[in-house]
Amino acid sequence: MNAPHLAPVAPPAVSALSPLPRGRGGLSFPEALWAALGALNANKLRAALTALGIFIGVAAVMVTVAVGAGARQQVLAQIQSLGANLLLVWGGNVRMGGVSLGAGQRANISWDDAQAIPREIYAVQVAAGTIRQQQQIVAGNQNWATTVTATDPDWFVAHDWTLAEGRFFTVEENMAGRKVVLLGATVAEALFGEENPVGREVRIGATPFEVIGVLGRKGQNPQGQDQDDAVVMPYWTARRSVMGSSRAFARAVSTISVKVHEGEDMALVEEELRALFRQRHRVAANEPDTVQIRNLSEIAATRDASARTLSLLLASVAAVSLLVGGIGVMNIMLVSVTERTKEIGLRLAVGARPADILKQFLLEAVLLALIGGAAGVAAGFALAHLLGGLAGWPVLVQWDAVALAVAVSGLTGLFFGYWPARRAAQLDPIAALRAE
Amino acid sequence: MNAPLIETRDLARHYPSGEGVVAALDGVNVTIQPGEFVAAMGPSGSGKSTFLNLIGCLDTPTRGTYRLAGEDVAHLSTEALAALRGERIGFVFQSFHLLPRLDALSNVAMPMLYRGVPRAVREKRAAEALARVGLAGRMRHRPNQLSGGQQQRVAIARALVNGPELLLADEPTGALDSRTGIEIMALFQALNAAGVAVLCVTHDASVAAYAARTLRFKDGKMVEDRRHTPVDAAALLRDVA
Ligand SMILES: Nc1ncnc2c1ncn2[C@@H]1O[C@H](COP(=O)(O)OP(=O)(O)O)[C@@H](O)[C@H]1O
Ligand SMILES: [Mg+2]
Repeated sequence: MNAPHLAPVAPPAVSALSPLPRGRGGLSFPEALWAALGALNANKLRAALTALGIFIGVAAVMVTVAVGAGARQQVLAQIQSLGANLLLVWGGNVRMGGVSLGAGQRANISWDDAQAIPREIYAVQVAAGTIRQQQQIVAGNQNWATTVTATDPDWFVAHDWTLAEGRFFTVEENMAGRKVVLLGATVAEALFGEENPVGREVRIGATPFEVIGVLGRKGQNPQGQDQDDAVVMPYWTARRSVMGSSRAFARAVSTISVKVHEGEDMALVEEELRALFRQRHRVAANEPDTVQIRNLSEIAATRDASARTLSLLLASVAAVSLLVGGIGVMNIMLVSVTERTKEIGLRLAVGARPADILKQFLLEAVLLALIGGAAGVAAGFALAHLLGGLAGWPVLVQWDAVALAVAVSGLTGLFFGYWPARRAAQLDPIAALRAE
Repeated sequence: MNAPLIETRDLARHYPSGEGVVAALDGVNVTIQPGEFVAAMGPSGSGKSTFLNLIGCLDTPTRGTYRLAGEDVAHLSTEALAALRGERIGFVFQSFHLLPRLDALSNVAMPMLYRGVPRAVREKRAAEALARVGLAGRMRHRPNQLSGGQQQRVAIARALVNGPELLLADEPTGALDSRTGIEIMALFQALNAAGVAVLCVTHDASVAAYAARTLRFKDGKMVEDRRHTPVDAAALLRDVA
């Protein structure tokens, strides 16, 4: 070989770079994040498909939490609107507004029964006897068919009614049979629109009544009936001026609303009520009760419990889908580590510490899960509103649930990404560089 | 006086193999001063790469000691070894090992990520390094848009970017045609002339000829340590042109 030799003092054609001053050391978080984004971006479709598992899980969480919370809130509102700590007493076998009693039927419940209850049972706060009848209400040229409730002033207390306008009627007005009424919000609107009905006159049949108040709005009851489509007047007014009275049942009521003091045992009060009615109605020991008693809050609470059960079921579905999504993340991260073994070897060779590699892959997994989680929140949101709109359910989006969903997906990524990331960090650089 | 850059005593690396062990490297004593250009030569399987990996702190010896710039690396933690690789050593591989989804500039800047160098400094230095290997006009090209020789230049720029004292190259011309190989060796000679020590592994005597010293390996042992006048790769290229 006849090669020319390097001159001893050849001027350098290229100079090497000056030593780089020691940095703050280590891979910074933003750089690791950027690198993770770049890695995900290089495999968009795969990242998207992997995130899909988390996406579905989180979307399911969002829908169930939103709809579940909405349903729960509805149930609680219903309990509230029905009146808390309330027992309802029906007369046995007697039809509402009943004037016709068949032969052999037992005695009805009466106004006097209602009056006796708070006297006889210490735990009872108030008891109000009530009769109801469908009537046409006329105001000027407007008219409206609704249910007229005739009752005791305590009925407002028993059912937790509030006032939007005016006042309730008094015991004296009841006793005197004064022709005063309160309108439910729906009736007030139908007859008077935006105007304040207090002080105005309505007619029921031929009888004029003064409107003394408008009830606060309650909305639908659990059966879907509008509780605000109501007119309320004193019991004795109705007896004398509206509903008439057969002599036999001049003091009859169709239901008695019994409000129990806060903190008292409802079941115990129910027993006491049964005993009281057996005594008052002189029921023989071998005969059945003359009355039916129902605990409305209990019915609503049962619905609440079933709503909770449903939520729990949906939550476990969500947990399973998150688990599956997490395993998907772990799987794809393991694939990614295997695919990028050479890259990891190279990074280790140029000065990456195992902790840096761990950080990079862990961030990638968390990011993947978070992207799925964030998209799941958005989709769950939209779906919840769509479903709610279609089915007429209330939808309640709770922001802490959103935060929880995002946090859970991030933690899923962290948990399921840790093992693959650790594998990456513990790779032997020489073996990694030689990998195919 | 300054410590030698590399000093090994009875350096050995054994691998378990079946019943017994393979002595990939078996008791190597060598001292290399800063700024030397050394070739490690020998047939395939003679232990050259094993030696290079030990020198590059990618591997730990089964026996013996290795001092890098006077410091016994056996006492260093994983983190300290990583830092050492980042700061003092640059690696060049036969198959380049560029990251395909990054352009030349980002590939070159990558090692600085692990030293916490701010982005602006990284880009400036990476551009400088690319300019010094003659690729100022190819910064935004991805590896698959570059020829083999250009890819190896990018890899050399990456090895240079942290300003190391030592370049370790394992068969750097192995994947290149002979003329491109000479260009790469000319680049190493120029970098060496600027003060960087080079340890180049090759099985090819004509490649080893560009070094000023050749260590010959056989069956894991160093069987020859010879100083010689290097062939001037740049001049060779001028003559051929
Ligand atoms: N990870 C390993 N496990 C087992 N044997 C190995 C390993 N790495 C290298 N060897 C063996 O060590 C010897 C030297 O290998 P190497 O240093 O790569 O040789 P060279 O680079 O000179 O071709 C060979 O016999 C090889 O098979
Ligand atoms: Mg080799």
